[in-house]
Amino acid sequence: MEDMLFYDRMQFAFTITFHYLFPQLTMGLSLMIVYFKWRFLRTKIDKYNDAAKFWMKIFALNFAMGVVTGIPMEFQFGTNWAKFSELTGGIIGQTLAMEGMFSFFLESSFLGLFLFGEKLMGQKLHFLTGFLVFLGSWASGYLIIATHSWMQYPVGYEILENGKFVLNNFGALFSNPWLMPAFLHNQMGSVITSSFVVASIGAFYLLNNKHSEFGKLFVKTGVIFGLISSILIAFPTGDWAAKNVAKHQPVTFAAMEGIFETEDGGAEIILIGQPDVENKKLDNKIAVPNVLSFLTYQRWDAQIKGLNEFDESVYPTNIPGLYYSYHIMVGLGTIFIGLMLIASIQLYRKKLYTTKWVLWALMFMLPFPYIANTAGWYTAELGRQPWLVYNLLRTADGISPTVSSGNTLFTLLGFIGLYALLGLLFIMLAVKIIHKGPETSKHN
Amino acid sequence: MELYWYIILMTMLTIYVILDGYDFGAGIIHLFFAKTEKDKKAVTNAIGPFWDANEVWLIAVGGVLFFAFPTLYASSFSGFYLPLMMILWLLIFRAIGLELRGQIKNRMWEVIWDKAFGIASLLLALFFGIALGNIVRGVNLGMVTDGVSTHEPHFFFLPLWNSSFSPHSEHLGVIDWFTLMLGLVGVISLAIHGANWIIFKTNSDLNPKLKKVIFNLNFVLLALVIISLSTWHIIDPNPFRNFLEHPWLIIFPLIAFTGLFGLFKVRSFKKDGLGFLFSTLFLLGGLASTVASIFPKVLPSTNDVNPSLTLYNVAAHEYGLAIGVYWFVIAALLVAVYMFVQYRVFRGKMDDVGYGDH
Repeated sequence: MEDMLFYDRMQFAFTITFHYLFPQLTMGLSLMIVYFKWRFLRTKIDKYNDAAKFWMKIFALNFAMGVVTGIPMEFQFGTNWAKFSELTGGIIGQTLAMEGMFSFFLESSFLGLFLFGEKLMGQKLHFLTGFLVFLGSWASGYLIIATHSWMQYPVGYEILENGKFVLNNFGALFSNPWLMPAFLHNQMGSVITSSFVVASIGAFYLLNNKHSEFGKLFVKTGVIFGLISSILIAFPTGDWAAKNVAKHQPVTFAAMEGIFETEDGGAEIILIGQPDVENKKLDNKIAVPNVLSFLTYQRWDAQIKGLNEFDESVYPTNIPGLYYSYHIMVGLGTIFIGLMLIASIQLYRKKLYTTKWVLWALMFMLPFPYIANTAGWYTAELGRQPWLVYNLLRTADGISPTVSSGNTLFTLLGFIGLYALLGLLFIMLAVKIIHKGPETSKHN
Repeated sequence: MELYWYIILMTMLTIYVILDGYDFGAGIIHLFFAKTEKDKKAVTNAIGPFWDANEVWLIAVGGVLFFAFPTLYASSFSGFYLPLMMILWLLIFRAIGLELRGQIKNRMWEVIWDKAFGIASLLLALFFGIALGNIVRGVNLGMVTDGVSTHEPHFFFLPLWNSSFSPHSEHLGVIDWFTLMLGLVGVISLAIHGANWIIFKTNSDLNPKLKKVIFNLNFVLLALVIISLSTWHIIDPNPFRNFLEHPWLIIFPLIAFTGLFGLFKVRSFKKDGLGFLFSTLFLLGGLASTVASIFPKVLPSTNDVNPSLTLYNVAAHEYGLAIGVYWFVIAALLVAVYMFVQYRVFRGKMDDVGYGDH
């Protein structure tokens, strides 16, 4: 039983982590492609359309990866989490089915038109198809986060005698107080990934004196989008999301902030330290007094409950993992704001394209938004453990009762092998597209 | 309410089989009959702009199944764990085969992805036929041994096969001779369907050859259908009871046979879309007849201890199903618009679409 739960969790964690590397880029990148396309329509300068076309190639590759790794996600609710699906399908099936019907059809129908139909449709319609692809991908994010929010903060349900959750208020799924902060926070994360990728490739071209016109455009666009999204992800969306955790999941909040003991007179914010769960303390701590109280309740002396106030049976399953995920996310987020501020100042002073060290920094930043987004999701998911539906259904009670651990390990190994191959192919083809670079052409 | 959702789900499933069916079929044709580079281009151009949107129907079917019949979704997806995972992996191979082939101009690269695309398509058609076979044959619900359920009455697990390969054995497997036979029906009927789509959507040099292929395969299909029907009583002693009780259901087998016999005239069709119409009729009629024969069961039980799963004992709660109709109608109308736009822009012959030339 322990093994079954372990492999089921590993398989879901592995496949969702790998899967989300792709949608986090495509959701943000679709917005930026729409922006390039819009600039082209306004200015008729070919450079913008060429930029849109170049990023469409990257988009198409990522989109295909997102689709093929996304189908297993939907299947796994049934294959590996059958009990969970049976008990909650009447509720989360609602939002997941809506995702399929409302966003996947929209995205996939118009992506085909967007990729192959520019000549057939003309520029205005081509812009429209791009916009619809963007809309579909964000709708998909919205409905997934609606599902996620219900698991974090269940609303609009009742539980029958046989343990089944049934919906009694459809509207509550969408007015869930967890939803909007989580959605906006996540989408900003996605825009950060795409802006850093665009800026990184731009910096690569500038540093190599290749495709310099595009290099400048990519760096400039990436930095502007990057600055706005890096700020918005912290404030207000991140702030708002954290306050939700403090209010509705106080034990999770204590664990992710690394607060073992309730402190009178206000809680410190921990910047660095290693949680020692066995001895209930934090080693090598660097902290700033009273700041956490202020950030959470706008009062320097507000009390924040430490882990000591809770029963161990409701502790998050992996406190160090949760703590590190959260701190990696916040730490990287802070670095993102700093770098983008510097780059923006240089851009404003018209010195960005010649400030080598900033370009190098932008180029090497490429992997870090992916790490930050992944860490953010680990914070949300590890924070909810040991629950599937917070306070109502334990993760151990949600697995498929008849699928043996041997069969799950078999498929987990299969996914690892297959995704390693996919990852290699992806990198190879992405490098090829980037190496070839944008093509200049005349339109209309 | 359950019945409405059952009809919606079955309609969506049929649409999926007809749409992604031609993609799988085109893959099988690609594997066995497309010899030259031009032939291969014709095949991939014919499905290029469509296959991705077609596959969305599978996700949509899965979503609606999850939402409207959560118990069936949970029971069948965990019970058919291994074949479903194989289907996922094959779908991935098929997709990357199609998408990656044109990315690098290298003979070896192209050969590898051609085979991946073709073989995965073939195996997917086989697996989907086998899946249908499993649903009509039923499973050991509750995993009864010696007259006692070892699990909750709606859960089960099937290995890929057992050594006897018999649909009657006490220990069933996903693959036995009966389900394998329906798997072959799947392969042959989808190969025909895919060939018809290529003829419909291209002017390739392959078309005259494909008409001959369809004609010949249709004999194989007819033979398989006859053998299946004459052995059907082994898995269901009274497969015609629903048709006797509700004679109007006979329309479905009639549609299937119209499609099957119509295709023997494929070599004299003047309009290129006519063949596709007939193979669509066969798939539609065949699938509907099979599903109707077990109605209202959706997954029969092979033991006497636990009852079969029917659309009434696996459905979600009334309120959710009722409210779902509102958003579903809106979504379905939108999907109809998207499909209209998509098939309108890519209407007619697709020889010049240049799929994979990026």
